[in-house]
Parts: sequence; structure tokens; C-alpha cells
Amino acid sequence: MSEQHVGGEARRNLRRRGEQAMVPDAEFESYYGRPVIKPPVWKVPDVPAYLYLGGTAGVSSLVGEFAAWTGRPRLRRVGRLAGSVGSLASVGALIHDLGRPERFLNMLRVFKPTSPLSVGTWILSPFSAMASATAVSEVTGLLPVAARISGAASGVLGPAMVTYTAVLLADTAVPAWHEGHRKLPFVFAGSALSSGAAVAMVAVPVGEAGPARRLAAGGAALEIAAVTMLEKRIGLPGQAYKRDRAGKLMRLARACTVAGGLAAPFAGRSRVLSVLAGLSLTAGAVATRFGVFEAGMASARDPQYTVVPQRERLAERAAGEDAG
Amino acid sequence: MTDGTYTTYERLAGPLDDPAGEAGYDGQHPPRMGFFTDTSVCIGCKACEVACKEWNLVPGDVLDMTGMSYDNTTELGANSWRHVAFIEQSVPVHEDVDLLGSLSAARSDGEGAGSPTPASTTPEEVAGTRGADLGMPGVGPPVTPGAQGALQGDREVRWLMSSDVCKHCTHAACLDVCPTGSLFRTEYGTVVVQEDICNGCGYCVPACPYGVIDQRPDDGRVFKCTLCYDRLGDGLEPACAKACPTNSIQYGQLDELRERAAERVEKLHERGITEARLYGHEPTDGVGGDGAFFLLLDEPEVYGLPPDPVVTTRDLPSMWRSAGAAAVVTAAAVAMAFVGGRR
Repeated sequence: MSEQHVGGEARRNLRRRGEQAMVPDAEFESYYGRPVIKPPVWKVPDVPAYLYLGGTAGVSSLVGEFAAWTGRPRLRRVGRLAGSVGSLASVGALIHDLGRPERFLNMLRVFKPTSPLSVGTWILSPFSAMASATAVSEVTGLLPVAARISGAASGVLGPAMVTYTAVLLADTAVPAWHEGHRKLPFVFAGSALSSGAAVAMVAVPVGEAGPARRLAAGGAALEIAAVTMLEKRIGLPGQAYKRDRAGKLMRLARACTVAGGLAAPFAGRSRVLSVLAGLSLTAGAVATRFGVFEAGMASARDPQYTVVPQRERLAERAAGEDAG
Repeated sequence: MTDGTYTTYERLAGPLDDPAGEAGYDGQHPPRMGFFTDTSVCIGCKACEVACKEWNLVPGDVLDMTGMSYDNTTELGANSWRHVAFIEQSVPVHEDVDLLGSLSAARSDGEGAGSPTPASTTPEEVAGTRGADLGMPGVGPPVTPGAQGALQGDREVRWLMSSDVCKHCTHAACLDVCPTGSLFRTEYGTVVVQEDICNGCGYCVPACPYGVIDQRPDDGRVFKCTLCYDRLGDGLEPACAKACPTNSIQYGQLDELRERAAERVEKLHERGITEARLYGHEPTDGVGGDGAFFLLLDEPEVYGLPPDPVVTTRDLPSMWRSAGAAAVVTAAAVAMAFVGGRR
């Protein structure tokens, strides 16, 4: 029956009304401490990997296209290949996560603007097709003109690849995701920029990787700033990013991202440093995706994240009505 | 209301007179049907759970003793489309437990003084016709406080029971986020899964603000209450409502149910049961009102229900704006990284 939990925000708002003080000291009430909402059934590592791979592929494709336009053949090659491999692996992770993988194509029989997974499928499918066509041409040298068109198409879709997954998570009742719906796209953008740039820093000689180093530093800064906003500006659900396993993952992510981001601008002198910084950024981006995923799971499992903010909302509304 | 006169906000989250019409059914479609679950007369018999399983061929789960009062079902899910919650509360001895409002003799503490109690009703008469004045069948909580031996000093046990079910929201997040079109709005305004379409993506599971729909792990697809869609077409009421011996579960046209519920709550208030409140009946709430709504005797979260549920897609325009802005930032960052130096 009524569970007791600690937490200042809960204490402030959940004093029982006088005539119903059946459970004094209760911070909030729940049904035997059970979750109010159902935690996602999405599998680990499928879905966090899908988030990381999709974001990395989106930025890699865009980097590949800019490299093509600015005459950086090795950066172009790595960007195009990473865009293709990443997006195909992302599709694979998505299909593997389905309860009925053989029915994946059912998602292509409709387009539903209210479903971010439907919109996402229609971003992911053409993106992976375009990126892969470009990569095939890159490797074989066939149809270079077609590759320029498909490459441009994948570059246009790349930024959408990076951020639609944030909407995918936010458009749920999961408190840590939904309440962060304005911040998550920027977390994913920063994380993808640094991880996409990291692939180039690892795989491209330092002479051509200048844009990747600048991008890595900028992406890392954006990721850190956006994660900080996510943790501090969305009320109680922000705590889910700081506690338990999610908290460990987010702290690991921050350490790796800060280290890699700070090292990136100096990695032009040393391939070893470039590779190390790239690996550190990759670890940071992967940990961020797993951390965000885990924070959502934790906030879904613990009823306080659902009940307390909703109670606060009701109290605010009641106060507003009294004042009005 | 099928001429597209709704605004984007109304289509996503606001009040909606006719969800079936908004979903594309023509003017000839039947009225919106729903459940009114009056938990004040629920006796916890679980006939609804059993009838639902039998009619809908819902598989059984492993039987486990949870220690959660009489509740071994624990929650709604893929294999539990009705779930009876049992809450045991230790409360100060209080005559307010008389939910049928017939104990005029016991109500001498002045609390019910202002309320019109039928003068002719005595506990003896009531024993034979309990609840008849409210149109309720003769089953209910103990007539005498503590008759079940629950008294301990100045405290007693208050036992709340409530049969939970899919809310068939006016704005159903599960339906909104389903990427295959497997979840759909019926002509009765209810929400149903087409099992031959569902590909088990699981998106609806965390989208539901009530935690209703879930995946069968061995099957991969999701399942939930259909409001007995197959029975409605033949003019039958859903199995759970049919089986309910106290009319705690009432099925009917949503308009009528809302009126009936308002009357019922008013009656209970008159009889001093001020904690009675409706849940999910307001078309202005975060999901545009529930097709299945409740009369509760405590805060919703005590029953495991969210106190202020919101359909997540209400914020979808804001989400896509943020995602669009972040995508522009992404593209600009890459462009600047290439422009901002030559190495």
C-alpha cells in the first residue's frame, strides 16, 4: 500500500489532507510501490546501440559529404562508409528488437505523423539506402554521379537521423524522457556530433581530420551542456539521470566526453592522441546513450517519478484556480 | 464532426466530442460506448477477471502469492485485461464506511445531519433491501463498523477494492505512437489492437500513461482490453460487465454513464462519503477524458492510477520543434567545422 520515499520535492507537495491522514509521513502514495506506467520492453543493447549507431551514421554521412565538397578524399571515404555501416547496423538493431521481426515491413505500409517510430522509419529507411548506395560507389568507383546525388540525399537526412531518436524516446509516458523532451534532441545532437567526429579522428590521418577535431570539441561541449540542462531543469525526473546505474553511466560518459573533447583540438600533432581522443569520445557517446536509456527505465520503474510531478502539477493548477 | 473542424491541439489532446468521427467513421457510426466502474460497490470477487479471460481466451499467468492483500494479479498487462486492486488501510474508527448510505442510526455524530436520509430506513429494513434506494444490488461492506473483526482499539481496516481496465482514452497514446496502424479506433470510440498487424515494436507499452498495454514475451505482440469488440457488434455487453454481480462495472453509452456517475457521486456526498470522487470522466483532462472511468474512494495513486495523466503526443509539436532546431544545429556545426579552418 502506501510506500514511503525520501525526497524534498515529494515532501513539499504531498502532505495528506486532514481528514484523510491515514498514512502520516507518506511522501507520496502508490499501490504497493509498484510502477504506475509500464517500463519499456525495449531490449538492451539493441535500443541504446540503435540510438548510438543512428546518430553516429547521421553525422558521418554529413561529414563525408562536406569532405567531398572540400576535397578531403580520405575523410569522405570514412564518412560515407561509417554512414552506411552505422545505419545498416542501426536498422538491424531495430528489427532485432521487434517482438515479430518478420513483420518489420508492416511499418512501411503506413506513414503516421503522430508516431515518431513511423516518421523515424521513413527517415531511417531512405537514409540507410542512400548512405549505402553512396558507400558502394565509394568502394567500387561505379556511378560517381549517382553517388553524388545519393550522398547529398544522405547528408540532408543525416541531421534528422541524429535527432528523431530523441523524439522517439520523449514521446512516451516515461518521466525522465518525456519531461526532457525539449532537451533530449540537443543531448543526442551533441553526442552524435562528437561520436561521428570520433570515427573520423580514429580512421582518418590527422592531416585531413581537422574538421573532425573541431567538430569533436564542439559536439562534446554541446553534449555536456545539454546533459546538464537535462539533469537540472526538468524537476524530479532529472534525478533519474544522477542516481544508481544511470548515474554511473552518465558520470562515465561525462568523464570520457570531457577528456576526449579537451584532447581533440590538440590531436592534430599526433595520430596516437587523435585515436585515443576518438576512442574516449566514442566511449562517452555510447555511455550517454546507455545512460539516457537506463535513466528512463529507472524513472518508469519507480512510481515517485510519475506520481510526484503529477501531484505538483495538480497543486499548481489548484493554486492558480484559487488565485484566479 | 467529421469535416475536419478540429484544431491540431484538439486532435492531439483537447476535448473531442466524437473520437470515432474524428478517426474517420461517417455520421452513421454508433454512439461512444464505455465503462463506469463504481469501486464503492466492488466486493473484490474477481468475476470480471475470470469472465474476461474466459471470453477473450487470455492465457493464465503463473500463480503466485504476492502478499498484496487478495491481489495476486498485481497489474494490468498482456494477460490481465481486468485487474482487481485490493488496498487495506488502517483508519480511525469512522462510520463513513457505510457506502450504501443506509445506516441512519449510526450516523448520529452530526456529520450526516444535513443530508436527507430516508426516514423510514432502519438497519433491519436495510438488511433485506440494502441499496435498493440507489438501484444497487444487495451486496456491500459490513453494515456495522468492525463487523468483520477488523477493529483494533480506535482503528479499523478500510478495505478498498477496484477493478481496473484499459481506459479507452479519447486521445490514446498507444494508438498515436503505433507505427503499423495495428492499434485502431473502433466505431464505438474504443481502442483495439489488430493482432495480425502488430509487429511487436513495443512503442505503445511505455506510451500509455496508465501502464495498461503490455507485450507477451513468448508471443512478441502486445495485448490489452478490447472492450469486447466482438460482443458489442452483437449487442452484448462486455464479459466483465456481464459477470459483475454488484454492477460495480457498468457498460453503456458514455454520455449516459457520465450522468449516472455524477448522480452517484452526489448521492454519496450527501450521505457523508465526501472522499468519493470520479476519475477519468472530464473531457478536459490530459487525455481528453476516458472511455472507461471510475468512482474512487481515495486518491488515484492509492489504486496505482496516475493522478494527472497526459497523452504524451500532446507535446509532439514541441518535441519536433526541438528536434528540428537540434538538427539545424547539427548541420550548422558540421558546416562550421569545415569552414572554420584549413587542415
